[in-house]
Amino acid sequence: MKRIVYFILIDLLRNKFVILYTILLALLSFSAFSMQDSSSKGILTLLNIMLLVIPLVSVLFSTTYLFNSSEFIELLLSQPVSRKRLWFGIYSGLIISLMLAFLIGAGLPMLYYADWQLSLIMIFSGLLVTCIFVSIAFVSVVISKDKSKGMGVSILLWLYFSLLFDGILLFIIFQFSDYPIEKVMALATATSPVDLARIVVLLRMDASAMLGYTGAVFKDLFGDTNGLYLAMGLLVCWAILPFLISIKLFQKKDL
Amino acid sequence: MIRLANVTKRYGKLQVLHDVNLDCSSGQCIALIGPNGCGKTTVIKSILGMVIPDSGNIYFQDQSIKNGFKYRHHIGYMPQIGHYPQNMTIGQVIEMIRSIRGVNMFDEDLLNAYRLKEMYHKRMNALSGGTIQKVSASIAFLFNPDVLILDEPTAGLDPLAAEILKEKIIAERQRNKLILITSHLLSELDDLVSQLVFMQEGNIVFHKDIELLKQETGENKVSGVILKSMKAGIA
Repeated sequence: MKRIVYFILIDLLRNKFVILYTILLALLSFSAFSMQDSSSKGILTLLNIMLLVIPLVSVLFSTTYLFNSSEFIELLLSQPVSRKRLWFGIYSGLIISLMLAFLIGAGLPMLYYADWQLSLIMIFSGLLVTCIFVSIAFVSVVISKDKSKGMGVSILLWLYFSLLFDGILLFIIFQFSDYPIEKVMALATATSPVDLARIVVLLRMDASAMLGYTGAVFKDLFGDTNGLYLAMGLLVCWAILPFLISIKLFQKKDL
Repeated sequence: MIRLANVTKRYGKLQVLHDVNLDCSSGQCIALIGPNGCGKTTVIKSILGMVIPDSGNIYFQDQSIKNGFKYRHHIGYMPQIGHYPQNMTIGQVIEMIRSIRGVNMFDEDLLNAYRLKEMYHKRMNALSGGTIQKVSASIAFLFNPDVLILDEPTAGLDPLAAEILKEKIIAERQRNKLILITSHLLSELDDLVSQLVFMQEGNIVFHKDIELLKQETGENKVSGVILKSMKAGIA
């Protein structure tokens, strides 16, 4: 399996898109830090951009990569390779290359400009969000028969997690504002990795105003430290579970 | 060597394989023929474990291939159209498959005959369709497998390269290997095949020795035999 990862990495690290993504992240980080006067403001700006860009790039790039290499997957499966190991190998290759792009493009500037503790939290949640959306892409690829359907599912999922979810949440809050819905809302937050990642970073910062409703609920219910651990734990679950589901489905899939 | 027992497969409403039984033994060169969409590729893919049958079993050396992958050590497969990672060089692709196989004995006849080693540094996205086919063929034969599965092997190859491949197939057959071929180029099959499997709409219409068929149909070319049987099959 190490071999598969190694060769997929060779292919991916030369991929123009991964290089472009790194440059884009670097440009975004530098501009975020140089436009704001304080580094924590820079981090906040960056956080909001990252939470939009990372999921989109991770999910779309993984989906296209998987569909474009479907014949290559067939070729490898005609070799003595188990499906589980192959799938895991491609997953590892994809997350490693996207994580590297993130570390170089956004991680280094953050460490340079901002407080290192805060940067580490940002980097950690950025890496997790990358993992999560690559996993989600694997699910959408394995449940779709052709490329256009797969891309559609991936875009819809991104749209849901990045935009629609907040809208739905807002709608529910307004409709049921007369009732004690805090716990339900905290539960609902657990179903959105993007929100969780935002909460993780904001809980570490002195920016309660930015926490938003779900973040405030989270802080209220679990406190700073526990809330942080819980949110991180949930993020890790989000990174692993969809991928496990996709492995299960992939083992039964016809190629 | 390879046995399909009551293999059934459907994609949604479309039944691709109806209760297919097939027995392939070593030393044979078997041509899978039939009109487009008759289930040839599905048969090949189920043997390779890419398509999982709804019911029935496939045995490789009397072992069911279900959930296994090690049996593929003994199979060399050449796809109809090979697609490889665009940014890898020929050398890297071959190196990768070598390391996956973990074998140290190589049959480099085709690599040498096609002069691929001189092009090891070229990236896959810079290659022509024919060269990619040459790479696929070389990979299929590289590990000296007991079974060769060739899906439209000569499509896209220039006459010289096709001839080299044909000679290689004949040589391998004489070494008591099992060779499964699908092809639409009937004239190509003439000196190659020893048995014919004719499929239609997911059924195997017949599986016979070529000599026997030649006698039955009174033709002395494989292409004639096939055409006559196909017409008989449709009628």
